Amino acid sequence: MTTAVPVPHQPVEEWHQPSRGIVGMACLITAESAIFVIFVTAYLYYLGKSLTGPAPHDVLDAPIFATVCLLSSSITVHFSVHELRAVRIARSAWWLAATVLLGSIFIGFTAFEWYDLINHHGLTISTNLFGTTFYSLVGLHASHVLVGLILLSLALIFSIAGKVTEHHAERLEVLSLYWHFVDAVWVVVFTVVYIIGR
Amino acid sequence: MLQFLHEWITTVDHKKIGIMYILYALVFLLIAGLEAILMRIQLAVPNNTFVSPQVFNRLFTMHGTTMVFFVGMPILFGFGNYLVPLMIGARDMAFPRLNAFSFWISAFGGLLLYFSYFGGSGLYGAGSAPDVGWWAYAPLTARVFSPGHSTDYWTLSIFLSGIGSIGTALNLVATTLCMRCPGMKLSRMPLLVWLYLVTGVLVFLAVSPLTAAQIMLCIDRYLGGHFFDTQAGGSAVLWMHFFWIFGHPEVYVLVLPAFAFANEIVPVFSRKAIFGYPAMVSATVGIGFISLTVWAHHMFTVGLGAGANAFFTFSTMLIAIFTGIKIFNWVATLWGGNIHFTTAMKFTIAFLFQFPAAGLTGIMLSVSPFDWQLSHSYFVVAHFHYVLVGAILFMIFAAFYFWYPKMTGRMLNDTLGSWHFWLFVIGFHLTFDFMHIPGMLGMPRRIYTYEADRGWAIWNMIVSSGAVFQAVAVLLFAWNLVRSYFKGDPAGPDPWDAWTLEWSTSSPPPSYNFAVIPTVESRRPLWDLKHPEDPDSQYE
Repeated sequence: MTTAVPVPHQPVEEWHQPSRGIVGMACLITAESAIFVIFVTAYLYYLGKSLTGPAPHDVLDAPIFATVCLLSSSITVHFSVHELRAVRIARSAWWLAATVLLGSIFIGFTAFEWYDLINHHGLTISTNLFGTTFYSLVGLHASHVLVGLILLSLALIFSIAGKVTEHHAERLEVLSLYWHFVDAVWVVVFTVVYIIGR
Repeated sequence: MLQFLHEWITTVDHKKIGIMYILYALVFLLIAGLEAILMRIQLAVPNNTFVSPQVFNRLFTMHGTTMVFFVGMPILFGFGNYLVPLMIGARDMAFPRLNAFSFWISAFGGLLLYFSYFGGSGLYGAGSAPDVGWWAYAPLTARVFSPGHSTDYWTLSIFLSGIGSIGTALNLVATTLCMRCPGMKLSRMPLLVWLYLVTGVLVFLAVSPLTAAQIMLCIDRYLGGHFFDTQAGGSAVLWMHFFWIFGHPEVYVLVLPAFAFANEIVPVFSRKAIFGYPAMVSATVGIGFISLTVWAHHMFTVGLGAGANAFFTFSTMLIAIFTGIKIFNWVATLWGGNIHFTTAMKFTIAFLFQFPAAGLTGIMLSVSPFDWQLSHSYFVVAHFHYVLVGAILFMIFAAFYFWYPKMTGRMLNDTLGSWHFWLFVIGFHLTFDFMHIPGMLGMPRRIYTYEADRGWAIWNMIVSSGAVFQAVAVLLFAWNLVRSYFKGDPAGPDPWDAWTLEWSTSSPPPSYNFAVIPTVESRRPLWDLKHPEDPDSQYE
């Protein structure tokens, strides 16, 4: 190795760049949005094209309560980040716990809905086009909720164990961005599946 | 030895991961090139029985899939991984461990694809590697028509490599936006970094739909879903849409890095700053947007209706304007420059001729009535190989000659390089210029043989003979890579008297890249350093 040409280092005042965690999450959200767009497109394209029953209006009920729970969890996670920023760690943990609880209620409702559809209405992923597109779109969203819940629970466990400090506020914020995204997707899925599609 | 392997397998250094990406792509380049040679032997003379029809179907499927997903993408990501942090004065990527994960999962995808030769048969004795074509149109991919596991290996390998691509693209974007050294404003970044930034965003928007479509295909094949099951009301055309929403932006994912190499090589060997930096950036962003709106020009023969055909004809033609801006800027950079005909520059100049030629046949095919005539013929095959080989592969070779000294500390041999260049140019033009002709005479793609009285025989013989030249040239290139690693002339940190930051550190760079994080004041920091009497920064 020969000697390298040194490039001078001068202190530059005010050199700010965006945080890599937030940029990385924004990229992930962009890529995930493209995946959801494809599934939503397939759902809309196949609306009413099933050759056999059951049809959406026969079996689907709008999960209003679950939706309210999921959407409010966006608010609670926001408060959790806010409290952590303000170094109120115990309050932050409580808001985090509320978020996990609300998300779990949502996923419980989905589980119950699927149980009902499969056992009482005979709708599975291979029944007809509605079954295929419904379970894959709602299931894709539910799997994202599950991933979010696992991550939020981990944060909660760390928080209870006293490992979380205000220095972790930005990490929690990155996680909260993901959670907001999952909620926003649910608004679209709810509209498409339970309003337009029914 | 064991420690050496352990060091490379567990590395999170962007330079090592970049080199692993490149080596892994080179191995697949040789494999997929061999598949191409086998196909050309089969087609060289009429009524040939060198390979069976089934084997021929597998060959073109594996050749296409490998070249796009396991040669093109990894080699370009490899160079991006290596160069982007160095060029913006960073010590590593934004997420080094994600980088290693992305590489290994992509590599695993490639191995999975080739494992289909052993595992594809499954319990059905249905034959080995996938034979559904690289776009795998429905309903051919349904269980009924593709029993066994070969199609599963195809879909899983693309799914995995897609996850790897998204991870690497995420890393490139985050690195570019968050890891720049002080003074490296967006408007001062080397154009290569800008082009990789746009490529990264295109990967999010283009590769994700393919990943989604592969999930749907898996649901169909494993869970009895009906997404693409035409018997249950599913639509084969929907798969075409999903595939080409990926497929066309993918061409730009591959070609933008090739443009990126040209943006660095043309100015250095013309001894001039790049002409029209802002125009280059905006043309790239323009290409990024418009490339998302052209996909159905692959589907003119489906019968989408006059309105849709007109829209996609128009948008396809529009993209030629943005690529035209780039061509003119490169030519203007050459204009009045002190041009140095190094091997890298020779490949770049060939690219500057061949890429517009490929673009012109692209404009011909964008006219939907013309496309109806030639769709699915060898004319189309010749057109896209002119882009993929004549533009992208040529620029990849140029990039090797340009940055190999930085990666290894040794120069590539110029005599071997000249042989490589001239043999490859001759072979390329023999193969792909003459391939247009049987296409216009009506020879469909993907046929395993043809009758002697069609008038295609002489052209196919010429096309196949060109493949021999290319094969010899690539082997010479591979030999040059190996030989120069041990015997090449020492390169020194800055063999080309270039201006971007990667040339300011030693060759190969230390694992931390820069002992002191540099500070930049213009687009050409090393020019400023070498010419303190006339720095670029005073013109900004």
